Parts: sequence; structure tokens; C-alpha cells
Amino acid sequence: MKKTGLIVGGLAASLMATSALAQDIDVKIGVLNDRSGLYADLSGEGSVIAARMAVEDFDAASKGINVEIVSADHQNKPDVASNIARQWIDDEDVNVILDVPTSSAALAVHEVLRDSNALMLNSGAATSDLTGEACSPNTVHWTYDTWALANGTGSAMVQQGGESWFFLTADYAFGHSLERDTAAVVEANGGEVVGTVRHPFPGQDFSSFLLQAQSSGAQVIGLANAGGDTVNTIKQAAEFGITQAGQSLAGLLIFLTDVHALGLEAAQGLVLTESFYWDLDDETRAWSERFMEAKGDMPTMVQAGVYSAVLHYLKAVEETGSTDAEPVMAAMKSTPTSDPLFGEGEIRADGRKIHDLYLFEVKSPDESEGAWDYYDVLATIPADSAFRPMEEGNCPLVE
Amino acid sequence: MAGETRVAKAITPKSLSYAQGMPRHHLALFAAFLTIAVLAPFFLYPVFVMKVLCFALFACAFNLLLGFGGLLSFGHAAYFGSASYIAAHSAKVWGLTPELSILAGTVVAAFLGLIFGYLSIRRQGIYFAMVTLAFAQMVYFFALQAEFTGGEDGIQAVPRGELFGFISLEADRAIYWLVLAIVFFGILFLYRIVHSPFGQVLKAIRENEPRAVSLGYQVNRYKLATFVISATFAGLAGGTKALVFQLASLTDVHWAMSGEVVLMTLLGGMGTIFGPIVGATVIITMQNYLATFGAWVTIIQGVIFVIGVLAFREGIIGVLSRKIKKPL
Repeated sequence: MKKTGLIVGGLAASLMATSALAQDIDVKIGVLNDRSGLYADLSGEGSVIAARMAVEDFDAASKGINVEIVSADHQNKPDVASNIARQWIDDEDVNVILDVPTSSAALAVHEVLRDSNALMLNSGAATSDLTGEACSPNTVHWTYDTWALANGTGSAMVQQGGESWFFLTADYAFGHSLERDTAAVVEANGGEVVGTVRHPFPGQDFSSFLLQAQSSGAQVIGLANAGGDTVNTIKQAAEFGITQAGQSLAGLLIFLTDVHALGLEAAQGLVLTESFYWDLDDETRAWSERFMEAKGDMPTMVQAGVYSAVLHYLKAVEETGSTDAEPVMAAMKSTPTSDPLFGEGEIRADGRKIHDLYLFEVKSPDESEGAWDYYDVLATIPADSAFRPMEEGNCPLVE
Repeated sequence: MAGETRVAKAITPKSLSYAQGMPRHHLALFAAFLTIAVLAPFFLYPVFVMKVLCFALFACAFNLLLGFGGLLSFGHAAYFGSASYIAAHSAKVWGLTPELSILAGTVVAAFLGLIFGYLSIRRQGIYFAMVTLAFAQMVYFFALQAEFTGGEDGIQAVPRGELFGFISLEADRAIYWLVLAIVFFGILFLYRIVHSPFGQVLKAIRENEPRAVSLGYQVNRYKLATFVISATFAGLAGGTKALVFQLASLTDVHWAMSGEVVLMTLLGGMGTIFGPIVGATVIITMQNYLATFGAWVTIIQGVIFVIGVLAFREGIIGVLSRKIKKPL
């Protein structure tokens, strides 16, 4: 059935080749993320909505680009993710895969798509390996990465006077690398690391680790963990009154939805880096209100990143008149990015999309003026220093 | 020793029927399995079929221990997963050919099976299950912490390489035939073991261990041998899976994987030859086609499991086998 449709469509297209429909392109966008687990709130259906909004805003239909959006749940498992990605590109002609949170799943999809005719525009995953030595000509890492978060939070906090650090680290590869990267940034900026404690992953009871952190006297407690561990740590830290007593908590990987789930009472005073917040300016507010209507929650930076990525991708498809990976990627990299959410930016040769980052502090319940009013902007980290310099990533695509 | 020979002789007439070849309906079913498996990649997505095949072998290996040995191991992910890591590591880092990588994984799984089996068969029932689970959790922790496993990220981008150094397996259709051969001969081998004198003794131990002891069998040796064979084939399945998906990850060693293989075996029919294959097919197909329902997959799986246990405890093939009054 599908094939007949294509043939008929092809005939029709060739008959009308001279008309305005000359550029009749089918684009299939696959949004692959966590739709049921830990990251469903920060990516999930919201990312699909964001992708749909981008298609509407781009007005794809009137430009002769027929966009179809499919989505799937990778359950944060790399094997499930790679299986779906393979099936999408082999069997269902998906041209571009969006979002893909969870580093392990993202790396799996990254490898599946290498040498294929499909692209990954990753918004959800953290690992900076996507644009490091294992970088791929088919991947763009859109919204943030571990290096940027560690660097943003690390350097900005030291500059704000948080010079002595104590790390509370999840005892596995991800936690170790986050701790190592952040510690390097802290030391490079003239701060010092006074101690580290490693908790089992996943952890439940963080009280003894928090007491160690408290008694270390460090100005900043860096949380080199993620997801449920971070949320539990922050809750328990609130019970010990750590931020009220003058120490700062620095979340190295935490999202707006985590703060929402924690509540301001527990999360107040937490310092974190993100690349997007709904209440930055008029344009982000207008877009986020629309998103709120469709989803019922404010967008996270991951969902905003999906919007921005789809928009830029469709521009490149329009420009090249093709959905082939190579020309579209070339067009995406040669055209500066511009959208209402992230402002001006660009995609570097290594596949890293760069834009400004922001250091936020979570408001106290008294300061908050309403639902979702959570962040104060402490500092803006300009795009050119926000991300890992290309030459330090050792990406072979960079000459 | 004398007792052993006598009993071996006593059961000879029964095993004779197998020595002359397998019963006709088994032959037909193996032929049907092979035919379906040969045709499947032309109609279905090959990677999906390979996944089904790998899990079918895994479930059959597990079934040898549970269905025929009567030993419920709750830690089979340890052998599946460690073989998957070793195969992935040896293919990617050491650059071994695919058959050697899979072999390396299998050998490691067998070795782990020997150590863990040696220690855990000393206990029975729930204690045995808990000991195997404890060992599996140790392997999981090792996989999480060790440098070479890549922690959360797993081992990615494992090259499928070239079989014997000259047949490229990069294409899905190419590696499919290797996987099919491994799985088919693996299952055939397990079938042969079940229907050998060794398998007869195993079933005797399952039915009545004290009697088997009183007949002079070294029960623990039989159990250990079964445990090692089961771990070895679980490892063979794991190593093959690593090359198919070009990925070894924590999912493979997680306790949920141990649970999944129990589910497959019970749903398909514990103690039957073809049950685990059917169970694996049903579960993997569900996971694949219901993936869009997200969290509902596990709920649906749970409901099916409950229905299975309540309505047909012998499993799908077990019920069929009772209907047609022939062992399947």
C-alpha cells in the first residue's frame, strides 16, 4: 500500500514539477526518548509537542515539506534505543532522530546512525563524548553537555565567591567523570576541593554523606550525581538545613522539572546551569505559554532544544531540497542558528551547537511570585566560553 | 560405581528410542522452526528476529537447569551479561574475529558458572535461588564499576567484524545466518543432552533426589555439570547478542534480565523443549511491538504472566503437549 502511494505520489509530483509544488519533500522525524520513566517529565511527550510546534511555526506544509512525526520510548536502555533507531532508519525511513536523553542510549543511537543516511539532533543527553573523540558526522549535540554544565556551574560559582568545594559523587563512571571535570574547572578558576565522598549508586540514604559535607566546612557542595539520587540528596540536605546554614548546593545535572518536583522549600538556594528558562524574555515567555497550553507544564531546556533543532533542520531541508544526511548536515553547519528560544548560535564542525548558558539560583518560596517562577539568573555564560573548545575535544572531524 | 552401570543399563531401552533418532513429531517441529527462521528475515526485521533467536537460546539454556534439573537460578543474567561484555570487549578492543569473541564470552560464562555453581548447588530451593541472585548482583556491581565495561554507557560500537577473518558480517542479513546457526545447533545440543542418559539421570534427580542418591549417583556432580552447561549456553546467547546489537550494556547483567528469562521459560512451558523458544518469541515480540505503550509493557507482561500462572501453569507448549499427549 505504502509503495503504491509513493509511486502515485511520485508520478503526481513529476507531472506537477513546474508548479509551486516543485519542492515536495517528505520528512519523517522520530522523537526517541523516555516516555515512562525517570526522564519522561523533562523529555517525553513534551518533546513531541515541541517538535510539532516547530513544524507549525516553520509552516512546513505551505513550503511543500510534508512532515510526519513518530515517537517511541527507549526506556533509558541503550539496547532498546539502538533497536528502535535501527528499525526506524532501516524499515521506516526516518530521516532524523530527536532528543534521546540518557547518555548510554544516546551513544548507542549515535553509533547506529554513523555512516547511515539519518541524523541525530540530540537534545536530552548529557555526555560530551558525543562531540569528543567519538564524534560523528551525523550527530549534532544541541542543548547542553556535561562539560558545559560542569564548567558553567564550576567557574561561575567560584567567581561568585564559592571557592572551597566538597563533592558528593555517585560511585560509577558517570559520577566520577562529572566530579573530575568539575573539580578541574574549580581548580583552574582558583578554587579548591576540600574533600569528596562517594555514595553507592543508586542511593537512598544520603544523611551520613551530607553530614560529612556539612562538617567539611566547604562553601559549595557539588552534587555529582543525577536523577533520583540528586532529588533525594537535595531533599535530605533541606532536612539538615544545609543551604540555610550558609553552604551552597550546586546541582551539576538538574532540570526545571526536578525543581518543580522537589518544591521550592527543598530546592531553594540550589545553583545550577541550564541553557534555557521559560522566563528569560518576551519571546521565551510567549513560546512557553503556548507550550504550557498544550502540555500543562512549562518546557524544560531539553524540550526547548528539540523545538530549536527541528526548526533549524527544516530550514536546512528547505534550503537543500533534500533529506539526505550529508547535504542537510552541511547546510545546518554552514548556516548560523537563530530562533526565539536560544537566540543566535551556530553548529561547530564537531557537531556541538553553541549558544549562551545561564547560571541560575533557585528562589526561596517567599521570592517566587507564582507557579513555575523558580529561577533567578545569577550570570550569563557567553556562547564562546560556555562549551568545550573544539581543539580540546579531539574530534576527528575538526581539521 | 557398580550401581551406576546397572542403572544406566536399566534405562537404556528408554533412551534407545532417541539413539535411533528423535521422535517424528520433534523432527517435524525442528524442521518447522528452521524453516520459519530461514524465511523470517525476508518478512520481518532481521535484527528483531536475531534478538528473538538469542533469547530463545538463552531461555533454552535456562530451561535445562530449571525444567530438567529442577534448579531455579535467579542469576542467569550474570552469565548472559558477562559473556556479552567479554565478547564485546574482545571484538572491539582486542580485535578478535566474531567467532573467537563469542567463544571468549562463552568460556568466561562457563568458568563463572563453574565457580558460582560449585558454591550454590550446596543449597536447595529458595536458598539456592538467593545465592545465585547474590552472585549475579556481584557481577552486576563489577560491571557497573569496572573500567572496561564503560559503566552506564556500556561497550558501544562493537564491530561485527569478519567471520574467520574473511566473511564480512556487517550487513544484518549476513550475521543473521551465523546467529541462526549458533542458536539452532545450540538448541539441538541442549535437546541432545536432555535426551541422553545424562538427561535421564538429571530428571531422576529432579523427581526424587534422595532416591537418585540411594541409587549411587553423585548428585552434586550432575547438578554442577548441568549448571555449567546452562551457564555456558546462556553465555553463548549473550556473546552472540552483543555482536548483533554491537552493544553490551548493564541491561544484560541486571537482575531484571534474570527475571525475564524465568518469565519466558514459564510462559512458554518449563521442562519442554520448544516452550522456551515460544516464550522468548512471545515476550520479545510484545516488548518490541508494544514499546510505544511505554510503562504499559511491563504491566501487560505482568498481567499475561498472572493469567499464564493461573490458567495454564504448564505454559503454552506444556498445555499443547498435554492436549496432544506427546512430549514437546
